[in-house]
Amino acid sequence: MSAATAQRTQETPVPPAPPTSAVERVLKARSLGIVLALVVLVAVTAAANPLFVSGQSLRDIALSTAILAILAVGQTIVIITRSIDLSVGSVLGLSAYAAGSLLQAAPGTPIVVAIGLAMLVGAACGLVNAVLVRFGGVPALVVTLGTLYIYRGIAFFWAGGQQINADEMPGNYLGFGTATVLGVPVLVLIAAVVLVVAGIVLGRYRAGRDLYAIGSNPDAAVLAGISVGRRLLAAFVVSGALAGLAGALYAARFGTVDAAAGTGYELNVVAAAVVGGVVVTGGSGTVWGAALGALLLTVINSALPVLRIDQFWQQAIVGALILLAISTDRVLTTRLAAQLRRRNSHGR
Amino acid sequence: MAVDVPSSTGTAGAAAPAPARRLGALASWEATIIALTVLVLVIASLTVDGFGDAGNAVFLLLDITPILLIALPMTLIVMTGEIDLSVASILGLTGAVMGSLWVGGMAIETIIPLCLVLGAVLGAVNGFFVTVLGLPSLAVTIGTLALYRGLAYVVLGSNAVADFPFAHTGWVTGTAGGGVVPNLLLPLLVAVVAFGIALHATPAGRGIVATGASDTAARFAGLATLRIKFTLFVLSGVVSALTGVLWALRYSSARADNGAGLELAVVAAVLLGGVSIFGGKGSLPGVVAAVVLLASLQNALRLENVSNEALTVVTGGLLIASVLAPNVLRAVRRRSASARASRAR
Amino acid sequence: MSSRRGLSLVLAGSLGLTMALTACGGGTTRESQAQQPAAPAPSSSAAASADPSAEIPEGLKIAFLPKQLNNPYSDIEAAGGKEAVEELGGEYSLVGPNDASASSQVSYINTLIQQQQDVINIAANDPNAVCPSLNQARAKGIPVVTFDSDANPDCRDVFINQATTEGIGKTLAEQALELSGGSGKVAVLSATANATNQNAWIEVMKEELAKPEYAGVELVEVAYGDDDDQKSFQQTQALLQKYPDLKAIVSPTTVGIAAAARYISSSDYKGKVAVTGLGTPNQMREYVKDGTVKEFALWSPADIGYLAGYAGAALKAGQITGAEGETFEAGRLGEYTIGADGEVVLGPPTTFDASNIDQFDF
Repeated sequence: MSAATAQRTQETPVPPAPPTSAVERVLKARSLGIVLALVVLVAVTAAANPLFVSGQSLRDIALSTAILAILAVGQTIVIITRSIDLSVGSVLGLSAYAAGSLLQAAPGTPIVVAIGLAMLVGAACGLVNAVLVRFGGVPALVVTLGTLYIYRGIAFFWAGGQQINADEMPGNYLGFGTATVLGVPVLVLIAAVVLVVAGIVLGRYRAGRDLYAIGSNPDAAVLAGISVGRRLLAAFVVSGALAGLAGALYAARFGTVDAAAGTGYELNVVAAAVVGGVVVTGGSGTVWGAALGALLLTVINSALPVLRIDQFWQQAIVGALILLAISTDRVLTTRLAAQLRRRNSHGR
Repeated sequence: MAVDVPSSTGTAGAAAPAPARRLGALASWEATIIALTVLVLVIASLTVDGFGDAGNAVFLLLDITPILLIALPMTLIVMTGEIDLSVASILGLTGAVMGSLWVGGMAIETIIPLCLVLGAVLGAVNGFFVTVLGLPSLAVTIGTLALYRGLAYVVLGSNAVADFPFAHTGWVTGTAGGGVVPNLLLPLLVAVVAFGIALHATPAGRGIVATGASDTAARFAGLATLRIKFTLFVLSGVVSALTGVLWALRYSSARADNGAGLELAVVAAVLLGGVSIFGGKGSLPGVVAAVVLLASLQNALRLENVSNEALTVVTGGLLIASVLAPNVLRAVRRRSASARASRAR
Repeated sequence: MSSRRGLSLVLAGSLGLTMALTACGGGTTRESQAQQPAAPAPSSSAAASADPSAEIPEGLKIAFLPKQLNNPYSDIEAAGGKEAVEELGGEYSLVGPNDASASSQVSYINTLIQQQQDVINIAANDPNAVCPSLNQARAKGIPVVTFDSDANPDCRDVFINQATTEGIGKTLAEQALELSGGSGKVAVLSATANATNQNAWIEVMKEELAKPEYAGVELVEVAYGDDDDQKSFQQTQALLQKYPDLKAIVSPTTVGIAAAARYISSSDYKGKVAVTGLGTPNQMREYVKDGTVKEFALWSPADIGYLAGYAGAALKAGQITGAEGETFEAGRLGEYTIGADGEVVLGPPTTFDASNIDQFDF
């Protein structure tokens, strides 16, 4: 699909116009759409039940978004390069269990060390993915589908059916999961830092722009002298490390860890990115959008029960939203391309 | 596929080598996987207690059925360079609809054809988004994966429908005349052979291969590539729906979560069978061998009390190895060839 | 294009084939089906009549198939089973899926049949889906004991019930009354909506709540956390948003109660909303100590497995056949009698609170 389908619209020539402006406009329209949807959803839900905008409720939503958003940021970085990382759910499970076991064995471990270990485990998983993709010549979908099974298997093997309960985790770590600074949960602050750093690097720095170049046209990127291999390696390692970070936060937030933690997350994460305007064919999309996508999915999940809509509708709505998001993008892009073409011909 | 990687051996490599060599590598992988499957079957029959007898063969066939059936259209779809991740959700939704219609008092003979039509419609929705709107199938079918599974829950909630007629449930799990030949065997063989012929010995099949090898070239050659893809998505929907019906009958249980997660197992089997995720390359015998290989390995390891975890790791490892091994072999061969060349000089 | 016609032919062919295959006999509807006799259920292996003095042979291969493996509750049950099998000089094996799905349990039952196990002990994930396979096992002379979560009575010999349904339902109602302080809104956080056990208990609890002495207690909702930690956590959040004046959450499942307690202990609702239900002491210790949970109940999961192990061996030996009134010895637990429908009840549940929780480790 992809390469071919993407070309299909492009082969009707739009050469002179800088395509980035069209893409940017679509993205802006997209972000605006999500924000609008969020505002409407929150307003309607709050009207039905004012408690939806109470401090506790907002904190819960922010906490749930934080973990999904961190994963979505990592996923975006990989998808931009025209790859995908389906192993994130399993990496989360494995690293959460790693952090949990460390804390269980040595309750005095500083929080930073536990998080560091989880990120290290995640980065190692990401490195394995990257090496297989880069040096093994195996497509990312195949590699990460394979490691989705392998990392999960390792987690089950390691856990051997054990669960790490809240009473086996040190109190300061659980406290860290619920701690707040000026009323904002620490986990949310961590996610915000990750988001801002990733957003700036992708938007302003050479390393970030290279990723877009690689995803837009791999061959051209090579010719332009970009070290494609190193950048790809970095993208997968970062995605792994962020999944590891999400694992550590998961352990702190939920207080109970078993080998199944994060099962099936990969689809939520890809969904968040796609809803947020990240194009699965690479080269386009921002982490800001992905984070907005994560927020929207979380708010929907929290709003449905409050609106007394049967929880069974939830998944169907998420699915419909993904289809709506990608179709809108396609329609907007086509229309903008047509507009630009007209403007160009008038100008001549 | 959307997720191709700008690596030298992946996309770029596919365009470069002479067709003959590519055919060679393909044939060797297919031969490898078939040989491996035979090897596993023989070793397991000889060394694993209870693997080789007729009773186990029936279980094995029942376990294989869903993945094998869905893998048939999936092979064709991946061959065109697309993917359908919604198959397990179509299976679940069909089962849920079947259950609620049965509870509603409709005759099972009416329900089953209706379910197949439903499958065709669900597949057509996928096909519409991919071919008419031109969206990447990975994104579309992740969306419908969630949508269809969600609708299954809407239809059936957390209820389970269990009282399907014994004549039907018994037929699915039973053997011909109570002997050793499962009732499902013949229809399955017919389906495999039909898909095999369609892919490897008809103009339609060549059209699929050509579409996957180069969509643009295929269109210039006058092939209606979009129409081919659309039909394949519909076909995938129908087969997934049929599998949903069989699933509900086999377990006498229609639930919204029937077959959840099966899509990854199917894709894994198709890729292990040597089908290229970029399309244009692959064969049905390889895929069938891969399905049998995975299932019999699983069956044998279970009989030996090997844990589930090991199975998961083996599945993932085989999947990666299926693409990695030929690449590594090719690189080694190339290196030794160039070494020979330089020595000769 | 010919290619298109080819594909359409395949499509039409497969449609036609399947329709032909499915058209066996005239219209079968649910009603017409109901009038026909049910599927034949083979009676177990063992002799038709029980021989209470039969010896339990050494070296019986006794297999345990819990709902899922990576669940602490299931692990404790299976450990109890292991203890019993070792006391009996048998060969213990534990198999099971990593997810609580019926279809994967079926594959494992088939494996156990092929391994020629002597007894299968199973906690069924779906009362119907496992039935055909269990009956195949019984037809081959392998007695089937269900424990914790029953299958259809047609396809097992004995069911080890953790406590009477009435007993548990009443306990839940009493907890609701006590923790709501005699009046106010309470909610139930259950497992899946079709969980056999939980639904039966909730049914009894509702009947109890309808009695005059419970007039002040209002059960506002039964929510389902699907025995999934995160989902239960989120369902608790949603319950509290919907009913800000909720007095208590009663969760008759170990996953649900732990998740509800965890959410409440870390939220503004701590101290305002009581949590109770059925949980394991190790999972709940933290929350009993920090005051989120005053009391909860549970039977000993290890004893369920232990009793199932003995019941299975007694079936295989022919001491019992699963008929009402038969008795068998269950090691350290003493003698048990089989009740109606082949049910054996373990005993009354234990209530845990701050004063006694440290005496338990499971």
